[in-house]
Amino acid sequence: MNKLNAKIPDGPLPDKWTTHKTKLRLVNPANRRKLDIIVVGTGLAGSSAASTLGELGYNVKVFCYQDSPRRAHSVAAQGGINAAKNYKNDNDSIYRLFYDMIKGGDFRAREANVYRAAEVSNLVIDHYTALGVPFARDYGGLIENRSFGGVQVSRTFYAKGQTGQQCLIGAYSALSRQIDKGTVTMYPRREMMDLVVIDGKARGIIVRNLITGEIERHSAHAVVLATGGYGTIYYLSTLALNSNGSAAWRAYKRGALFANPSFVQIHPTSIPVLNDHQCKLTLMSESLRNDGRVWVPKTKGDPRKPNEIPEEERDYYLERRYPAFGNLVPRDVASRAAKERCDAGYGVGPTGLSVYLDFRDAIQKKGRKYIEDNYGNLFEMYEKITGESPYEVPMRIYPAGHYTMGGLWVNYNLMTTIPGLYAIGEANFSDHGANRLGASSLMQTSGDGYFILPYTIADYLADEIKTPKIPTNTPEFDAAEKEVKDRIERLMSINGTETATSFHKRLGKIMWDYCGMVRNKEGLEKALTLLDELKEEFWKNLKVPDTANELNQELEKANRVADFLELGKLMVYDALNRRESCGAHFREESQTKNGEAKRDDENYSYVAAWEYAGDGKEPILHKEELKFEYVKLQERSYK
Amino acid sequence: MTVKLKIWRQKDSSSKGKFEVYELDNVAPDMSFLEMLDSLNQRLVKEGKSPVAFDHDCREGICGSCGIYINGRPHGNDHRTTTCELRMRGFKDGETITIEPWRAAAFPVVKDLVVDRSAFDKIIQAGGYISVNAGAAQDANAIPVPKHNADVAFDTASCIGCGACVAACKNASAMLFVAAKITHLAQFPQGRVEAPERVKRMVAKMDELGFGSCTNTRACEAECPKGISISTIAKLNREYLTAKLKD
Repeated sequence: MNKLNAKIPDGPLPDKWTTHKTKLRLVNPANRRKLDIIVVGTGLAGSSAASTLGELGYNVKVFCYQDSPRRAHSVAAQGGINAAKNYKNDNDSIYRLFYDMIKGGDFRAREANVYRAAEVSNLVIDHYTALGVPFARDYGGLIENRSFGGVQVSRTFYAKGQTGQQCLIGAYSALSRQIDKGTVTMYPRREMMDLVVIDGKARGIIVRNLITGEIERHSAHAVVLATGGYGTIYYLSTLALNSNGSAAWRAYKRGALFANPSFVQIHPTSIPVLNDHQCKLTLMSESLRNDGRVWVPKTKGDPRKPNEIPEEERDYYLERRYPAFGNLVPRDVASRAAKERCDAGYGVGPTGLSVYLDFRDAIQKKGRKYIEDNYGNLFEMYEKITGESPYEVPMRIYPAGHYTMGGLWVNYNLMTTIPGLYAIGEANFSDHGANRLGASSLMQTSGDGYFILPYTIADYLADEIKTPKIPTNTPEFDAAEKEVKDRIERLMSINGTETATSFHKRLGKIMWDYCGMVRNKEGLEKALTLLDELKEEFWKNLKVPDTANELNQELEKANRVADFLELGKLMVYDALNRRESCGAHFREESQTKNGEAKRDDENYSYVAAWEYAGDGKEPILHKEELKFEYVKLQERSYK
Repeated sequence: MTVKLKIWRQKDSSSKGKFEVYELDNVAPDMSFLEMLDSLNQRLVKEGKSPVAFDHDCREGICGSCGIYINGRPHGNDHRTTTCELRMRGFKDGETITIEPWRAAAFPVVKDLVVDRSAFDKIIQAGGYISVNAGAAQDANAIPVPKHNADVAFDTASCIGCGACVAACKNASAMLFVAAKITHLAQFPQGRVEAPERVKRMVAKMDELGFGSCTNTRACEAECPKGISISTIAKLNREYLTAKLKD
């Protein structure tokens, strides 16, 4: 039986969403307030969905692990948010935005979803602007746009290097308004521990109150997961330290399919690892590549300081390999090229694991003032961390785990394979294919929450208007709560000698080495064994201090790492299965003579959606064929 | 390097707290302040002791989760820096570092260095928004906003809600926090519509939640990691008076 019906509407691509909307059923206002919806997560996806559903009159409950919804990690997005406004009159359009995303994703995303994301992008910008998000403006008072992420038009809306923060504050204010009105109830410092499924439908969640340790039951007619990505599986990543994959993983174990888990974006411009104690990698915005030139010395292990190395002894390898796009090649290409140079022994810095991003020429040409105006805050941030001024010496950068294109499989209505369970934003897999273009995540996540989910969820809830409030004293809630409590009890009682952080570091290294920027069969198979061994050791030798009935941050970590140990294996299975290179997924066995990614459209033009088959069993693969009716598949070349 | 840490330990909001002293060696100058605490915690866990609880998340100075009183200053000694951005190279070998939670009646201690800042959320819920439903907005360029106003809006909306302003103030006043939001939303034509109601409600909520009054010492401005100017408080006062006069 094929479980995957993507429910993509018929008709011409530009009309699909319009036509589909007319067919989606509605719920009348009087019925909406009788319907409960749970939203987990308060980033741009969760906040936007929750406030919009609240505005529509549903009874919404929102959960986040942070102390305030305003702290979700959307806050850290720097560069911008795309929209097809064509304010620059550079012949941009919804179609072009759609096309760039499809191509950027290396033809591994659904045409219909991507087109829709581009279509609603303009509404998103209008809404944020109305909420008071201070996008950059010109002296005429109108909104400025910039070019971003290697596209030929200027369609990126931005607020200096803090676009995510400014948008999230806007979304948070709209959410706060609904909390004030009483349509939304906020539950901060709660972590989702499990999903409750009753008669095949998502009906609630079990959460842990992170302050008291109490396990709580919450029910609803539908559940929306807006829980972000799982990039912290690498331990060192650009994500917030507490970001995790547990909510999605719990949903997977309750029957939701997980799609393309191995598609992880490794961002090329992060500050490199400085020491063993390091817990996170700080991103330097991609926009820096507009003016910075990436290079390494032509001589291996050149001991000279960067400024002492003359021009002819520098290898500007991106400009050399990709003359057309140069330093502006997409993220996956730039990351692999950096790794290639460092692996070949040309890397710089104490570890040899970094490359230069040099502003010398831009400062000479455009002046220091220009650089300050455009990148001042990033330069400051870099100097705070490394103690070096990028005005004087080149920055050192290296790729870091960043964004997960993979996520819970959803159909066109953003519903997972569990009826009544939705996944939006980074938590789903749908719009970025095998690689995400810069400034398209804020766009997609906000579009999902403001203008897509609120329409599609009504179609499901139209059947629920006669369902009374879901009681939480059912056997399903009892069982789920017991499982959660048993697991916590197990974690607490191991009483070994190694901390959750230590296991997380070891897990991160396995994933980075074998399922990171470059993968091959041998390495991936080795990773499967290593992950099994690590999991076994974890459950034998973990040490969690204190008790479960209090604020216990070590227990929180342990819970997340326990899930990551399993999710890591799914990523490896997925990477093993896909014996082609596409986007961020690079299989060494599948490359061109010049070392570029080689796609295999004949055999792998599908979404790999995995079904949980039980503990210790190999997951079951379901394929959703990708049909391209409007774009012609071509080699993604940036030469 | 080696540091001596004098840390406030408090089991929960109802227990009495006290300082405990820990010595930590192998501290690298490149480490962030919180990585230094991470390394202390790893050691404490291995020794079977209770690690020090502190709030943190993004570790890049933007989420506003972290906030520790370090040697008597919120977020430590560096200018315009959050606790997570602080680096150990700013401390001396052998130095004793005093580490405390935010101290303010409106921010009760939850555990160790973790405090409850939900009062900030409640203030925003009392009008810190522009009332527009999704779908109701006009084209983003329909209302031009002078660049100057957009820049002021940006600067004030860069508040991360960390609470350093309150912690720095001898009266534990939330004026800078409220003023930043009032000033931010006042820059837009559509933000003016609710301005009088907004300022009255937010100020009333701030008072109700137990924050103190402003006596213009400018400690908040000095400690704000995002450099929000005290001139916003003048703006807040002006907005408040205008609104009250219309009553």
